[in-house]
Amino acid sequence: MQSESMAVLAELRNAGKQYGPLVALENLDLSLRAGELTALLGPNGAGKSTAIGMLLGLLKPTSGEVCLLGRSPQDLAARRQIGVMLQSAELPDSNTVGELLELTRSYYAAPLSTRECVDLAGLDGLLGRRYAKLSGGQQRRVQFALAVCGRPRLLFLDEPTTGLDVEARQGLWQAIRELVASGCSILLTTHYLEEAEALADRVVVINHGHCVADGTVAQVRARVAQRRIRCRSSISAEAVALWPEVRHARVDSGNLEIIADSAEPVVRRLLAEDARLHDLEVQRAGLTEAFIELTREAA
Amino acid sequence: MNTMTADFPMSRILRCYLLEARCEFMRLLRTPSFVVPCLSFPAVFYLLFGVILGGTRGNSGMAGYLLATYGVFGIMGVALFGFGVTVAIERERGFLTLKRALPMPPGALLFAKTAMAMVFASMVSLILAVIALTMAGVSLAPWQWLALFAVNVLGVLPFAAIGLLIATLCSGQASPAIINLIYLPMAFLSGLWMPLSILPGWIAGAAPVWPSYHLAQIALHVVGRDAEQGIGLHLIYLLAVTVVCFLLARKRLLSLNQITA
Repeated sequence: MQSESMAVLAELRNAGKQYGPLVALENLDLSLRAGELTALLGPNGAGKSTAIGMLLGLLKPTSGEVCLLGRSPQDLAARRQIGVMLQSAELPDSNTVGELLELTRSYYAAPLSTRECVDLAGLDGLLGRRYAKLSGGQQRRVQFALAVCGRPRLLFLDEPTTGLDVEARQGLWQAIRELVASGCSILLTTHYLEEAEALADRVVVINHGHCVADGTVAQVRARVAQRRIRCRSSISAEAVALWPEVRHARVDSGNLEIIADSAEPVVRRLLAEDARLHDLEVQRAGLTEAFIELTREAA
Repeated sequence: MNTMTADFPMSRILRCYLLEARCEFMRLLRTPSFVVPCLSFPAVFYLLFGVILGGTRGNSGMAGYLLATYGVFGIMGVALFGFGVTVAIERERGFLTLKRALPMPPGALLFAKTAMAMVFASMVSLILAVIALTMAGVSLAPWQWLALFAVNVLGVLPFAAIGLLIATLCSGQASPAIINLIYLPMAFLSGLWMPLSILPGWIAGAAPVWPSYHLAQIALHVVGRDAEQGIGLHLIYLLAVTVVCFLLARKRLLSLNQITA
């Protein structure tokens, strides 16, 4: 595979993290390769933040090793080559955008000019404004500008588009694509499947502290492309579960809920067997449900 | 830690520290709930109790005494609130975590906060000096003015460490109340508002427990009104408070990060 030959920029090797009796991550191998956008996906509490925290040197692994650009993540020379946007981090309310940008640019050896940052993150006319006076979307864009201002080789984007409207999200996607095209590697976490599909070269899914899928978008999508069918019917879940194409079937508050590899044959048979079936609904299985599927397979 | 490299010379690192301090200064300056009480309370209290009610005009000794103690009172507030409230809020908002992930030179934020506490402490010191000269009739030798100023500026250190520790123990919302609960009684009980000699004996007896008592004694030594217990002991006590609080705060911040990051 081509990816085998690409340089590894950051790596977790057999990394584990325990908080007292709670195991947050167990034996996780994760390598971020040059020129790739890797999407790290998983439900809340899966261990995404712990994995990122270890790569950034915020958390020490209980076992295993962490390597960031050939050094310890504690090493300032390594961190000068990365950019960071953390989902949970708010900037100080009373500083202006310009002050925050100038300070963060000063941490890096060869930062972008203020003008370039403004253009890339869409901050026109905002430099003199205080952070508290910005809208949620504008605040996200400022955080993005701080993440990219140092010309990072490796960029960590932790749920960068949470809380953005559709247009702002498209704008940020465009900026992310430009960065990848210019050779920047990115680790992206997100709750949105379509975001990973639109941007990622590679998808890593973790759940309960384990890696449950690691591959190209197409490879992982093939595993999560199931359909979810809901209806009100007198057919029993146990019977449906035995049909071909059906992965799972259960009754949830009166609704028959079916996860199937493809919807059409199952729907055809449902309608044929129960003339009084109603409230039929077919959806692509949501990301979280797909992850739960993936973990069930792994278990 | 590899701080200085060929593409990141010392001059660049110094620039980080300066910009960090400027950002901190602008943050504080634009926070009226910090600036207004910190700069006006010591002045108003000094005017009220030291000049008008104290009737110290013409009693140069007592006016000098109160100038020294209200200076300590003022800079305590600057340091306790400047550290206690800002760090508690920044910790809660995840800003400190982001700072640790960014390539900020080590200790830059701590440096910035300390430097800004000292800047505000010097403002307090100057405001009180102007009141003392113009309204309270205090006359001191030039070295005494300078020494009082130095005591006020350097005196922020132990209270900055106490503020930092409080910030690691309580939420941003609770911290102003908790700091007031510590700040105001401690100021009163160590004789900053009125001399210990006119307070009940048990208060005067217990006063050496409080760090503010020891800083006040150093300031009072400058104006020749201290209890003559020796400057060395006061310095050692304040140094110990600074180091112990700072180390406890650091340990607590590290363990909080391990849990919440």
